[in-house]
Amino acid sequence: MLGLEKKDMRFLLIVLLLTLAAPILLNPFAENSAMAQFNAGYPDLMQRIAIFSIFAVGFNILFGLTGYLSFGHAAFLGVGSYAAMWMFKLLSMNILPAIGLSVVIAGVFALLIGYISLRRSGIYFSILTLAFAQMSFNMAYSVLTPLTNGETGLQLALDDPRVLDAANTSGSLPDTSLFGLAMNSTLKVEFLGRLFQFNVGYYVCGMISVVMFYIALRIFRSPFGMMLRAVKSNQHRMSYTGLNARPYTLAAFVISGMYAGLAGGLMAAMDPLAGAERMQWTASGEVVLMTILGGAGTMLGPVLGAGFIKYFENIFSKINDNVLHSWFAFLPHWIQDPLVWLFARFTGEGWHLTLGLLFMLVVIFLPGGLVEGGQRIGRLFRRKQGAGGDGPAHPPKPAPHVAE
Amino acid sequence: MSRFDLTRRGLLRTGMIAGAGLAMPTVFTSSAYAYTNEPKGKSVTLGFNVPQSGPYADEGADELKAFKLAVKHLNGEGDGGMMGTFSSKVLKGNGVLGKKVEFVTGDTQTKSDAARASAKSMIEKDGAVMISGGSSSGVAVAVQSLCQEAGIIFMAGLTHSNDTTGKDKKANGFRHFFDAYMSAAALAPVLSKQYGKDRKFYMLTADYTWGWTQAASMKEFMEGEGWQMVKDVKTPLASTDFSSYLAPVLSSGADVLILNHYGGNMVNSLTQAVQFGMRDKQVNGKQFEIVVPLISELMAKGAGKNIQGILGSSNWNWKLQDEGTKAFVKSYGTEYGVPPSQAAQTCYVQTLLYADAAERAGSFDPCAVGKELEGFKFDGLGNGPTLYRAADHQCFKDVLVVQGNDKPQNDYDLLNVAEITPVDKVMYEPDNKFFAGGELGKCNNGA
Repeated sequence: MLGLEKKDMRFLLIVLLLTLAAPILLNPFAENSAMAQFNAGYPDLMQRIAIFSIFAVGFNILFGLTGYLSFGHAAFLGVGSYAAMWMFKLLSMNILPAIGLSVVIAGVFALLIGYISLRRSGIYFSILTLAFAQMSFNMAYSVLTPLTNGETGLQLALDDPRVLDAANTSGSLPDTSLFGLAMNSTLKVEFLGRLFQFNVGYYVCGMISVVMFYIALRIFRSPFGMMLRAVKSNQHRMSYTGLNARPYTLAAFVISGMYAGLAGGLMAAMDPLAGAERMQWTASGEVVLMTILGGAGTMLGPVLGAGFIKYFENIFSKINDNVLHSWFAFLPHWIQDPLVWLFARFTGEGWHLTLGLLFMLVVIFLPGGLVEGGQRIGRLFRRKQGAGGDGPAHPPKPAPHVAE
Repeated sequence: MSRFDLTRRGLLRTGMIAGAGLAMPTVFTSSAYAYTNEPKGKSVTLGFNVPQSGPYADEGADELKAFKLAVKHLNGEGDGGMMGTFSSKVLKGNGVLGKKVEFVTGDTQTKSDAARASAKSMIEKDGAVMISGGSSSGVAVAVQSLCQEAGIIFMAGLTHSNDTTGKDKKANGFRHFFDAYMSAAALAPVLSKQYGKDRKFYMLTADYTWGWTQAASMKEFMEGEGWQMVKDVKTPLASTDFSSYLAPVLSSGADVLILNHYGGNMVNSLTQAVQFGMRDKQVNGKQFEIVVPLISELMAKGAGKNIQGILGSSNWNWKLQDEGTKAFVKSYGTEYGVPPSQAAQTCYVQTLLYADAAERAGSFDPCAVGKELEGFKFDGLGNGPTLYRAADHQCFKDVLVVQGNDKPQNDYDLLNVAEITPVDKVMYEPDNKFFAGGELGKCNNGA
C-alpha cells in the first residue's frame, strides 16, 4: 500500500496511531498526583515534539544518508518562520499559504547555500554551513531589522494589512487558522482525574509530520536513497564509476532544507512570532544532538531524539527547589536539604547537565542512539528466533512509551 | 512482539471498545471555563518566568527570590513585608480570594522563543492565571503578546523599553517599572547642571528594542538641554568586547560618553572605557564624563570601582527611607541576608498589585482584574504615590537619579540617590511620539 512494503506499512501505521493517541499517552498521571509534573500531554509541548521531529527527520535525510554534517540547518528553520510570519502579516491568517511560502523560501535558500557549501566535504562543509547560518543569524539580528524586527522578534500587529482576510474589528489579534479552524482551539476532556487536551494545532502538526515521515521513508527506500548511501560509504568509488555525486547531495541538502523550512513555518503557525535566536548555532547544534541521540541514519531515531530533548527541555527545567522539597517532604530536614541540593543541580536550570550526561552515556554505550538501545532490548526477547539482517536502515520497533 | 493484523473480528472488537469508551458520559465531564484557567480548586497558580541562564541570570535569580517572598506574604507566612504599608488593605494574608497562592517557575534563557515556550507550558499545563517576570524588553514584549492571545494577565517585571507600554502595549499587560523616556527626562536636568550646557556626547547603544528607545530618548532630552550628539553607534547585544567601539570615541571630539547598555554589556563596556583612561582625559577643555542611563545594583556590583561617580537612573533603591521600602528591605534581608535590587522590588510589587486587584475584583478573570488595575492609585510600595494609567497600563511615580558611591561602606552600598525627580517632571501623554503607534486593543479572557 502507498508504495510501501508490508513491514514499512505496519511501521507507518504504528507511528500514525501513536501520533493520534499522543494527547492520551503522554498524560498518564492523574491531575493532582505528585507525578503530574511528568505529564507531557499539553498542546505546546506536543506541537514542539511534532515540529522538531519534522526538522530532525529532514536533517537525517542529509546527515543520516549522505554523511554530510550540516551545522547550519537552523538557518532554514528561521527563514521558514520569517516567511510564514510575513504571510500572516500581509496575506491571511490561514496557515496554508504561510507554510507553502516557508517551504519554498527555505528551499531556495538551501539551494543557494548548498550550491556553495557542497563544494567541500567533511569538516570544511560543516564549517561553511555554520558560517552561513551565523551570518544569517547576525543579519536577522541587526542588519535586516526592518524585515525581522531584530531581537524583539517579528510579531503580528493589529494594523497589518492581511489582504485576504475580512477586516478585523474585534480589537484583538486574530488567531492562525486552517480555513477558520483556529490552531489554538482545544477540546478539553476530563477523564478519571486526567485532563486530556485535544488541540487542533497539534493534530495539524502531527498529521503533517506523519506525511513527512512517510515521504522520508519513501526516500530512504528509493534508488535515490541508495545513491545517497553510496555517497556516504565511498564517494571516490562512486565518481570512478562515472557518477557525479554533487547533484545527489545538493538534492538531499535542498530537501532537508525544505523540511527545516516546513518546521519553521509550522512553528510560526502554532505561535505567531519569529525570533532571530531560532537561527543561532545552538539551535543548529540541537538538531544534530537530536539526530545522534536518537540514532542517525534510522527512520525513528530523529523522532525519538526530538521527543527526548524537547521533553527534557520543558519538563525537567521546571522541577525547581519547591517541587523537590515537596517530593522529599517525608524525610527529616538534615537528609532532605542535601538531597534537594543534589537533585537541584540536575533539574531546573541544571537540566542541560542531565541532558549532557545522557548524551555522553548514549554516545559511549549506544553509538547507534536510542534506536540501538531499543534494538538490543528487542534482540533480548527475540534471541531464540534468531534475529539478524536488521541493518540500521531497517525500522526497529518503536519503544512503547514514546509517542510518535 | 505484537502483531498488527487487521482482521474483521479485530476491527469489530476495537470499534466496540472505542464506542463503549466514547459512550460513557457519566465519566466524562466536559469542563466549562468562564475564562482561561479559572481556578476551581483550593489554590491559584501564578507563573514566574525569569532568566535563569544567559546574560541576565543575576537579575532573574533576584526576581525569583522576590516572587517567592511575595507568595509567602500573600499566604500569611513571614512578616507580611509591604502588605502592611500598602495603601490598599484588602489583602489579609489568607491567599487571594481565599485560595492559597501557588507558583511555577520557568527559564526564559533571555530568548523570546524559550520564554514563550516556558510561558505556554505554564498556561497550558500548570494552569497559571498570571505570568510575571522577564529581564529583557524583547522577551517581555514577546511574552506580553502571548498572554494577550491566551487570555491571561501579564505583569511585566524588569523591562525598560518605551515599547513595552508604547507601540507594543497590550490590554492584558501591565508595567510597574519605569521606562527609557522617564530615565532621560529625569537625568537630563541633572546632567546639564553637573556637566554644563555646552557638551558633546557620543553614544554606544545595545542593538535591540530597549537600546533604540533609550538612545532616542536620551538624544531628545540632551539636545533639549543644548548638548550636541556626535554619533550614536549600535553594538550587538551578544558582544563582550567593546574596545573597537570605544577607540574612536576620544578622537571624535565628544566630551561625554553615554552607554545605553544593560547587564553584562554595561559591565564590560564601562570597565573597558575606564581602562582606556577616558575618565582621566580632558577634552575641549573639560573633564571627560561617562553616563549610564539605567543603573542597577547588580550591575554596579559587576562594575566594581569603575562605577564610582557615574550618574544614572533607577526605579527604586533600597536606601530610600519611606515605610514601604523599610518594611520590604527588612523582610527581604531577613529571608535572604542581602538587600533587594530594583528588579526584586518591581517583581514583588507587581505580585502584590495583581493579588490586590484580584481581591478587589472578586475574581481572577483577567478583564475584571485589568479593570481594577487601570487607573489604580496607590502608595506605600516604596515609590511614593503611584498611578497605574489606564491609557497605556504604565505606572507613573518618582524617578531616582543615582550616582556610583565614591566610598562604599560595604558590598551593597554601591549607589547613592543623588536626586528624586518628582513624577510630574517625567510624565508624558499616551500619544507622545516615543510611545505612539500601538493600541491596547480589547482585554482578552480566553473565553
